[in-house]
Amino acid sequence: MRIALFITCLTDTLFPETGKAITALLERLGHEVVFPPGQACCGQMHFNSGYRPETVPMVRGFARAFSGFDAIVTPSASCAAMVREYHPVVAAESGDPGLARTVGEIAPRVYDLSGLLVDVLGVVDVGAYFPCRVAYHPSCHSLRMLRVGDAPVRLLRAVRGLELVDLPGAEECCGFGGTFALKNAGTSAAMCADKVAAVRGTGAQVLCSADNSCLMHIGGALTRQRAGITVRHLAEILASTP
Amino acid sequence: MSEHAANGHAANGHATKGHATHGHPESMPTYLGMPPFPEAAATALGNAQLRRNLAHATSTIRAKRAAAVAELADWQQLRAAGKAIKDHTLAHLDTYLTRLEERVTDAGGHVHWAQDAAEANSIVTSLVRAAGADSVVKVKSMTTQETGLNEALAAEHITALETDLAELIVQLGHDRPSHILVPAIHRNRAEIRDIFLAEMADVPSGLTDAPAELAAAARAHLRRAFLSARVGISGANFAIAETGGLVVVESEGNGRMCLTLPETLISVVGIEKVLPSWRDLEVFLALLPRSSTAERMNPYTSMWTGLHPGDGPSAFHLVLLDNERTSALADTIGRQALRCIRCSACLNVCPVYERVGGHAYGSPYPGPIGAIITPQLRGVTSPIDASLPYASTLCGACYEVCPVAINIPEALVHLRAEVVDAKRSTAFQPERIVMGATSWILRSGRRLGLAQRAASASRVLIGRSGRIRRLPPPLSGWTKTRDAPAPPPESFRAWWARTHGGAQ
Repeated sequence: MRIALFITCLTDTLFPETGKAITALLERLGHEVVFPPGQACCGQMHFNSGYRPETVPMVRGFARAFSGFDAIVTPSASCAAMVREYHPVVAAESGDPGLARTVGEIAPRVYDLSGLLVDVLGVVDVGAYFPCRVAYHPSCHSLRMLRVGDAPVRLLRAVRGLELVDLPGAEECCGFGGTFALKNAGTSAAMCADKVAAVRGTGAQVLCSADNSCLMHIGGALTRQRAGITVRHLAEILASTP
Repeated sequence: MSEHAANGHAANGHATKGHATHGHPESMPTYLGMPPFPEAAATALGNAQLRRNLAHATSTIRAKRAAAVAELADWQQLRAAGKAIKDHTLAHLDTYLTRLEERVTDAGGHVHWAQDAAEANSIVTSLVRAAGADSVVKVKSMTTQETGLNEALAAEHITALETDLAELIVQLGHDRPSHILVPAIHRNRAEIRDIFLAEMADVPSGLTDAPAELAAAARAHLRRAFLSARVGISGANFAIAETGGLVVVESEGNGRMCLTLPETLISVVGIEKVLPSWRDLEVFLALLPRSSTAERMNPYTSMWTGLHPGDGPSAFHLVLLDNERTSALADTIGRQALRCIRCSACLNVCPVYERVGGHAYGSPYPGPIGAIITPQLRGVTSPIDASLPYASTLCGACYEVCPVAINIPEALVHLRAEVVDAKRSTAFQPERIVMGATSWILRSGRRLGLAQRAASASRVLIGRSGRIRRLPPPLSGWTKTRDAPAPPPESFRAWWARTHGGAQ
């Protein structure tokens, strides 16, 4: 299958290893990965912060970069949810019927990695090897907006050598919330502290998630505390081979 | 009767405007001048006792609710039915309110229409005066918290006694409610004992903090008031247009005392509380108890229709309150908040509410639902109201548990746009400048690539450890407790261009 990679501005800029991992993984599974170079950002931060007119050109840029693909994969469930749920809203508000039409075609074809693998490509065992004790943090938007269900956990369970441990309160938000982490830094930090305590309590070496934003947040606290727990995007674990 | 202040028979539910200009700052008069959410939250976060009380209470009720809801195989269908009934009613609110008024009047009650909090309070004050009373007993009521009725009555030298145990604790403690269902959730029993000892005139000596003793003290204190009260004041969970019946759902039985013992009963009810028919209650009496108290059935469900000679009050007044509800109704996204049945499930699952409690929301309506109701009733011009739509990570836990499927995250981002748009006329808004600049960069792959190269070059300045330990404001809020990632030497885009030739 020919799959377009929507890398997201955050992962593109700060976590390139995740993008390399998705590329390697999908190529290993026999698919062609395409990176449309015109892509930049889905506009989630602007939309969620209340800057609706500023979001329109970003949605337009996204639509220009990704029209015509059968499947688009992204390492962020949160950005996938933004495209699926809110790009049609922004396009409708823009009053541009052409944009609304293009967005309507693109939005349902955007998948997070676990959804693409399990629901579209029908693969659970990707042949990965990752001999570590791993805790999985299901990001809020993967759970409650994209509704990926247990797809990420099924993928992790099929990884050789990987010991998946239960994370207490896994479904509770880590407190990132985009600009929430700055506008309500104290509350965000309090939420993060509880998440970090839960992660540390599992004895895991690695915390995994399907969103680098959550991992940036929890991981930032883990390194600040010298917790000795690293964070890895799901793609990086699935791309690992013996 | 000339009670019709008749400020428009409520709503035209067919308004199609996306953004309504919401609210009026004085729609909740007693909450004027509250600090913005982050400021109030900072105080709450530092209160170890409060944090413990809240974490314990919310995690307990959260688990119980989940178990109670899981018992019903058709919960999602019930939820859809609740949403559909409320949406239908709101779309035909004028019809159902008029019908309600006719039926209540036919049954011997008097209906009054109040456009805002001040008018509702003034109607109630006159009615209490006309009944020759200088004190009233109250059923727990969110609507009268919203209008600041107790304060308005006090200004007219009328004493209002809250009879719900938790509301009584709040009232005696000169405090404010911090939860819709459990107003004293922020207090533990040691604190409650202290409040009773200091403030309850007839407190038994040697009172301990044993729950049974505290309840007995409150019962003795309240019983005297029930037996002597001439006027009772309530809200209502539901008002049935078909019959003119009102419904109060409570757990203690104190509400029923207030509804049945006094000669005069005054019920102050938001116009969104109307339901078309008696049969609709079937859905809501299944949704509400499981969502709020995790009970299969509610302990005290009082229903009354007008007057019955020799049984209950001899005068009944229904005050129907708008107080900016019709402006919320005109908003296609915001109007879903009017479906709320005040169950508090969203408060109990909210990770923000769990950590800061209800007072930080500066409103009788705290938590996620408060963050979308309050700015619609009061507008977004004051610092607290402008901060409320941002008091959420948009994690979606509230939407998931809401028994009438209010998409709270959707309404929050909708109201955030309203907050931003309200400030657009202000010349200098640093955040708007940042958002404008980043929108310009992030709409183009080429511009983002250039910005990334600049960021990678800055590694020389900010170090190559991969972690940034300190950033300037406003990013310092992050690095105070968390490291930030340093930009890598090469972005993904640059890597792709180098290894895959940059072509599609």
